[in-house]
Amino acid sequence: MLSTKDLVLSALFAAIVAALGLLPPIPLGFLPVPITAQTLGVMLAGALLGPKRAAVAMAVFVLLVAAGLPLLSGGRGGIGVIMGPTGGFLLSWPLAAAVVGFLTDRFDGAGRPLLLFAACVLGGIGVVYGVGIPWLALVAGMDPMKAATGTMAFLPGDVIKAGVAAFVAAGVRRAHPTLLARG
Amino acid sequence: MLGLYLHRDSPVHAAPAGAKLGGLLLVAVLLLALPGWGPLAVAGLLGVGLLSAARLPAGPVLRQMRPVLVILLLFFSAQALLGGVDWREGLMAAGRFGVLVWLATLVTLTTRVSDMVELFERLFAVLRPVGVNPEKAALLLALTIRLIPMVGEQLSDIRMAQRARGVERHILSLFVPLLVKVLSMADDLAAALEARGYDAAEPRTPPSENERA
Repeated sequence: MLSTKDLVLSALFAAIVAALGLLPPIPLGFLPVPITAQTLGVMLAGALLGPKRAAVAMAVFVLLVAAGLPLLSGGRGGIGVIMGPTGGFLLSWPLAAAVVGFLTDRFDGAGRPLLLFAACVLGGIGVVYGVGIPWLALVAGMDPMKAATGTMAFLPGDVIKAGVAAFVAAGVRRAHPTLLARG
Repeated sequence: MLGLYLHRDSPVHAAPAGAKLGGLLLVAVLLLALPGWGPLAVAGLLGVGLLSAARLPAGPVLRQMRPVLVILLLFFSAQALLGGVDWREGLMAAGRFGVLVWLATLVTLTTRVSDMVELFERLFAVLRPVGVNPEKAALLLALTIRLIPMVGEQLSDIRMAQRARGVERHILSLFVPLLVKVLSMADDLAAALEARGYDAAEPRTPPSENERA
């Protein structure tokens, strides 16, 4: 059962991920792929909201993209993106956020950045790649190993994002210990 | 809020969102169930026919499809060069999804976001037995659409303040203030909803037809 506060928090995090799509991708000198902040939002939602509210927030985001709002980085959106080769990465977000949230809660990672980092890696990278890569292989009709190899270009950026998400989430949890209490 | 919708007076635009989405699903299932060039060609012709029936120029459709096309092309050429799979099979897989993405993009460009959201709300009612609360789901979608520009404004305020202080592109100093600001909005928003009589335990009844008119 979601309380009014839960609804508002879920909507706010869906809106945060959408707003992060407006940020230009951040180029990192030593990486070939610029990192976009949106998957960082997925990890943050999980680490801050817990599994249920985070999954709801990301499901709302995916639905709004499907409805035709240009919320993805670069102004993309619509059902075409979901049915396309990278659709699996987007569709995995609710599950990914839920796994980050579950692990954070289960191991009481609230104020412990290392635990939060592990949760973000497992959920925000493990789940996202676990759904996205087979989908990519299926849609592009390619060998799953090759799809996985191609995706590895994003891995360093995603690990950095998990680190940032853990650091930020630990800070916010410390700053607002009660704000996120289950209501 | 602006979506990807492009208005034209056409029968494709006028068709109900449910019919378009249902048709898209049907074509997707048929294409995946019936391999071969025949069905693919029929679906391709359907895509071209619908584009002209919708009176849309090909430009916007292609623009939305560009990233998808680049990926499909890359993989196709990689497969053709590296061998492994028969290149004709690769071409067919790429073609099949190219056509599906084309059709899906047409649905998006010819359907208002509000119509699509309304369709989702009707679908939520079907999901009630599995624990989805349709009223809450509908409120969530509407609330999020309203909050996106608000959060976007907060984000640009923070970035401007940081630029004024000479901090450029520092990701940590962007997220902490953003989250603290946004989270402190949550209490006010929840209070505002409840002050207007919203009760999470007992969502309001939908407006009658008279009220809606």
